[in-house]
Amino acid sequence: MYEIKTKRVLNPTVTMMDIYAPLVAKKAEPGQFVILRVDEDGERIPLTVAGYDREAGTVKIIFQIVGATTMKLNQKEAGECLADFCGPLGRATETDGLKKVCIVGGGVGCAIALPVAQKLHSLGCEVHSVIGFRNKDLLILEDEFAACSDKLTVMTDDGSYGRKGVVTEPLKEALEAGEKYDMVIAIGPIVMMKFVVATAKPFGVPVTVSMNPIMIDGTGMCGGCRLTVGGKTKFACVDGPDFDGYEVDFDEAMERSRMYCDFEAHAREEACNLFKKEVQ
Amino acid sequence: MAIDPKKHAMPVQDAKVRAHNFNEVALGYDEKTAVAEAQRCLNCKNRPCVSGCPVNISIPEFISKVKTGEFEEAYKIISASSSLPAVCGRVCPQETQCESKCTLGIKFEPVGIGRLERFVADYHNKNFKGITSVPVSNGHKVAVIGSGPSGLTCAGDLAKKGYKVSVFEALHTAGGVLVYGIPEFRLPKAIVKEEVDALKQYGVEVDTNVVIGKTLTVDELFEMGYEAVFIGSGAGLPRFMGIPGESLKGVYSANEFLTRSNLMKAYKEGSDTPIMHAKHVAVVGGGNVAMDAARTALRLGAESVHIIYRRSMEEIPARREEVEHAEEEGIVFDILRNPVEILGYHNPDDRRDPKNGFVTGVKVIKCELGEPDEQGRRRPVEIPGSEYVIDVDCVIMAIGTSPNPLIKNTTAGLEVNRRGGIIVEEATGKTSKEGVYAGGDAVTGAATVILAMGAGKTAAKAIDEYIQSK
Repeated sequence: MYEIKTKRVLNPTVTMMDIYAPLVAKKAEPGQFVILRVDEDGERIPLTVAGYDREAGTVKIIFQIVGATTMKLNQKEAGECLADFCGPLGRATETDGLKKVCIVGGGVGCAIALPVAQKLHSLGCEVHSVIGFRNKDLLILEDEFAACSDKLTVMTDDGSYGRKGVVTEPLKEALEAGEKYDMVIAIGPIVMMKFVVATAKPFGVPVTVSMNPIMIDGTGMCGGCRLTVGGKTKFACVDGPDFDGYEVDFDEAMERSRMYCDFEAHAREEACNLFKKEVQ
Repeated sequence: MAIDPKKHAMPVQDAKVRAHNFNEVALGYDEKTAVAEAQRCLNCKNRPCVSGCPVNISIPEFISKVKTGEFEEAYKIISASSSLPAVCGRVCPQETQCESKCTLGIKFEPVGIGRLERFVADYHNKNFKGITSVPVSNGHKVAVIGSGPSGLTCAGDLAKKGYKVSVFEALHTAGGVLVYGIPEFRLPKAIVKEEVDALKQYGVEVDTNVVIGKTLTVDELFEMGYEAVFIGSGAGLPRFMGIPGESLKGVYSANEFLTRSNLMKAYKEGSDTPIMHAKHVAVVGGGNVAMDAARTALRLGAESVHIIYRRSMEEIPARREEVEHAEEEGIVFDILRNPVEILGYHNPDDRRDPKNGFVTGVKVIKCELGEPDEQGRRRPVEIPGSEYVIDVDCVIMAIGTSPNPLIKNTTAGLEVNRRGGIIVEEATGKTSKEGVYAGGDAVTGAATVILAMGAGKTAAKAIDEYIQSK
C-alpha cells in the first residue's frame, strides 16, 4: 500500500498529493509517469510525475478531477493509502545540451511542465515559461514557476489574471523578437500543443510535446496508447511520452482520446453529487 | 473388460447459455467419470505420453492412483513435476502433446490426460488446504522477473529446494497472461489465485507494481543480494498490421481488449474500467488469443463475431477444443481472408458528430493457399480483385507480439536475437549474462503456457546447479 503523505487543494478542480513510494521516488525523472489504482477493482490511470523527494521517498502527483477515478482519488485524505502505484514509466524528458528553452504549459499540464523547468533551471539552462489557464480561479503553481524561470508570462483566456489570451501569443512575440530557443517544450491539452507546434514552425525551432493518451498497463503490453508519429505507430508508454511535436498526428490523438467519452460522462453522473458540483 | 474407444465426454455449459456468461465453459469430471476414464489407460511400459509433456509429469503413475481412487496421491505425483496443475489441465494443448503420443490413441481416442489432470487438481484444491511441508531454507536468494507461467514455475521449483525467491510483477496482480490474457470462462481467476497462494506458502514472495527495467534493473537485483535472476517477462508489444484505419476508435489489440475484460474486470457490471460493447466484431488471427478475444466479445453482447484468418481451418494454430467451442457458440470463421483496410465513420458536414472516427467495417481480400513456407505451412496468396467489406463496429488484432525492449535496454551484456527475443542455451535457459536465465515468451515469442512452464522448470534446475557449484 502506498500512503498519501500530504494533500493540497490547488484549485477547485486540481489537487496535489505526495505519495510514499520509495522505489519510484529513487528513480523518477521529469517527464516520466506512474500508473495508479485508488482501490482494489479500481481503474489503472496514468499520471505524470510532478515532482519527487528521493530522501523522503515520496512522489508528487497533481491531478485534475475529470472522471470517476480522479474523483475517487480526490476523496482520499493524507494518511490513507492507494492500492497500487507503479513506476517510474516512460522515458525522461531529454535535457542534455539545452542552454535556452521556452516551456509552455496549459492548465493542469503545468504540473508536468514544472519539474522539467526546475531541472533545466538547476542545470543552468535559461528558462522562459509561459503558463496559461482558463481563468484566475484555475491558476496553479505560479510561485513555483517564478522561482525556476528567468522569465515568466501568465496567461488567462478571460483576462481575469495576467495577460488575456492564449499561450501561443507570447511565444510568437518572443520568436518574432529574435529569441533563439534550443527547444520549446509544450505540455498541456492536445489542441494547445498542436498550436504551439504551428506557432514555432515558421521559426524552425524544435518542439517537444508530452502526450498523455488512454493507457492500461504502461509497460508496452496493451498498445492502447498508440499514436502515429512520423507516419509510424508508437506506444506513448515505452517510446514516449515525449515526442517531436512536428511528427505527432495531433488530430488522430484528439480523436482517440474521445474513445470513452460516453462511459466517462456516465460514470461522472453516477458519482457523488457533491463532487459533481465541485467539478462543474 | 473391453476398452471404451472414446474418451469420456467432458460436461460443458450449453453453448447457447454460455455465450452470454463468463462462467467456466467446461465443468470437469466427477469422481466416477474420472475413475472410469483412468481405467482406459493401458499403463503401457514405454510411457510415450511422458515424453510428450514439456514438464515430464509421471502420467501413467498419477493415472494409476486415480484408478484406485487415491486422488490426493495422484495430486502429489503431478505436483512433483508441475507447479500449476489446475491451470495446465485447462489450457494445455494436450492433443499435440501427451495425448498425441498415447498408445491407446493408435487405435482409439487417447486417454483424456488433460481432463484427468484437471480433475485431480480441482479435487485437491477443494479438499485440501495448505501444503504438506515447508522446505528448509538453504540461505540463497533468487529473483524472478514476471509472475506468468514460466516465472511461477521457476519460483515454485526453486522454493521447494529451499531458495528464498522473490517474484517481481509489473502489474498489480500475480499471474501474468493467466490473469490478463486467458478469460475467466476458460481459466477462472480464483484458480490462478489458489495456485499463486500455494506458492506463497512455500515461501515465494510476490512484489507487484515493480517493472524491471524501470523501477529496478537486473544489475540492481544482484546488488540487492540475489545470486541469480530468471527473466520470464512475457511476450511484450502487440503487433498491428500496418493497414489504413488501425487508429480508429474501436480497433483494439487483443492484449488491450482482454486486459480490460480479464484483469480490469470490465466484463462486470459497474466496473471502473470501460470496454466497448460492440454489436458486430471482427477478430484478426487464428491463435488461442484470437479465440479468447472472439468469445469474450460474444459474451459482452455482440450479435455477430467474425474470426478473420488468412489460411484454412487445417492450419489454424488455436487449441482444437477452443475452435470447437467457438464454433458451437456461433463464432463465424471467415477463413482464407486477410484485412486490407479498416473503415471509419466520417461526417464531412459535422466535425463534432460523436460517431466520427469510430469503426464501421473492415475490408478483406480473399486468399488461396500457395506453396508451403519454411515451416511447412502453406502460404496464403491474395486473390486480386476479391475485396469486400464486412460491416463491424469493432476490430481486434490478435496477430502476435514482439518482445518488450525494457529489460534488454537496461541490462548490459544481455544478448537478444534479430527479433528481440532473449538468446538462451536451450538445455539450461542460460543467457549471455552470468547468473541470468530466461524462458517463456520473452525467449520464444508468443507460445503456450506449458512450454513457458517447461522453460521455467529447466531454468530452475540450472539455477540450482549454478548456485550450488559457486
